[in-house]
Amino acid sequence: MIKIKNISKTFAGKHVIDGISNEFDKGKTNLIIGSSGTGKSVLLKCIVGLINPDEGNVFYDLRNFTEADKEMKAEIRREIGMLFQGGALFDSKNVEKNVMFPLDILTKMPQEEKMDRVNFCLKRVGLENVNKKMPSEISGGMKKRVGIARAIVNNPNYLFCDEPNSGLDPQTAILIDDLIGEITHEFDITTIVVTHDMNSVMGIGEKIMFLYKGRKLWEGSSKEVMNSAVEELDDFVFSNKVMQSLKGRK
Amino acid sequence: MKGFGQYMIFLGTLMVRRESFKTYYKLTLDECMLIGIRSIALVALVASFMGAVTTVQTAYNMVSPLIPRYVISQVVREMTILELAPTIMAVIYAGKVGSSMAGGLGTMRITEQIDALEVMGINSASYLVLPKIMASLLMYPMLVVVAGGCSLLGGYLVGSVTGIISPTDYIYGLRFYFDDYSITFALIKSFAFAFLISSISSFKGYYTQGGALEVGIATTAAVTSSITAVLISDYALAQLLYVR
Repeated sequence: MIKIKNISKTFAGKHVIDGISNEFDKGKTNLIIGSSGTGKSVLLKCIVGLINPDEGNVFYDLRNFTEADKEMKAEIRREIGMLFQGGALFDSKNVEKNVMFPLDILTKMPQEEKMDRVNFCLKRVGLENVNKKMPSEISGGMKKRVGIARAIVNNPNYLFCDEPNSGLDPQTAILIDDLIGEITHEFDITTIVVTHDMNSVMGIGEKIMFLYKGRKLWEGSSKEVMNSAVEELDDFVFSNKVMQSLKGRK
Repeated sequence: MKGFGQYMIFLGTLMVRRESFKTYYKLTLDECMLIGIRSIALVALVASFMGAVTTVQTAYNMVSPLIPRYVISQVVREMTILELAPTIMAVIYAGKVGSSMAGGLGTMRITEQIDALEVMGINSASYLVLPKIMASLLMYPMLVVVAGGCSLLGGYLVGSVTGIISPTDYIYGLRFYFDDYSITFALIKSFAFAFLISSISSFKGYYTQGGALEVGIATTAAVTSSITAVLISDYALAQLLYVR
């Protein structure tokens, strides 16, 4: 479980995040949604420690991450897997070495065992026979899947996904969403997904937090999101014509 | 001053939360291949022509019949060892290796590869930059030695082929009143330049923000700042090391 308490962040005098508190449950796909520029990615970076919040604390299973010393932070980070928006695969390493990287650095596993684990993770994300390909030789969807394989290779307790299906075609986007949902339940991890994609919200959102202008405006489930009384959330959810027609049918 | 302060803090972060020796050993060897071995051809080419041109220029400027011909190679020797090999090669090294370091790190920054390392609990600055600095400290002095040798050889070949100076005179001039402290001086300079170029270029690349345009800007800044630092330190070292 991850708990954030009163997180605030200001850039050049502008409040990007303003006093956000929330709990992200273990074994669930927790979504942070909102329009572009509402501070979703900044909040995610504050949670994983890539950005230091001006105020507030982040707790990983009651361990205060924000106030932890560097060693403690490094220890907690070793329990984290993260899928970045563009995959963030290391250009100089092939797929296999990318996925093996956390094991090389963080464990003393024998090579054979590492290889088995890499192959298991690649198979789990539906990728086989691409081990020797370089990141530049694979498609965007494959990069995301390799990114997921790398994120889960070290058996993380926490999985973070920043816009996991941005830039993907709808079918691949659904595949990635499903994969994230399945992995969350299969390995019983705390997953936080930042997205503005309504397909993700409806597909895998078990616990959803809606951000608006840097503030938490609403939280609930994917079922509740359709019937909220919050006008800003309504505008966000029913912003496209398909959703508007669904609303009309309600 | 703010930039200098950031640079000093950056150097400090290289030494904390380091990975295992084995990790750095492998990365340093990779970097040695990339920045050292792959620079030999360029360094040899530039140095050979540098020596050749210095020989020709010196010969054309020595019009007095009272000056013996072997002075030509003596001049080539001093210029090569003291300035051309360590300093001019540093400018070339900054252009080739420094820009590559800044560009590589800048691209890693904007494509979130550095963030990925940080999220894994790895000190990205130390993991990425320390091997580059170590490799530079190992390889650049060697490149300077290669450059020195090629420059002297270039001068010898041009002198012999064009008849400016006989091979015997050239060798005599190289050995005439040779002070081996020049070699020590050149090597001290090369260590200093290697450190400045690799650390400044890495610093500029590591803190790139934005997109492809900013990577280009960081790369240019890395080269200009490195060269400026090299020239200033060249003067400072000349003042310091020649007071004996």
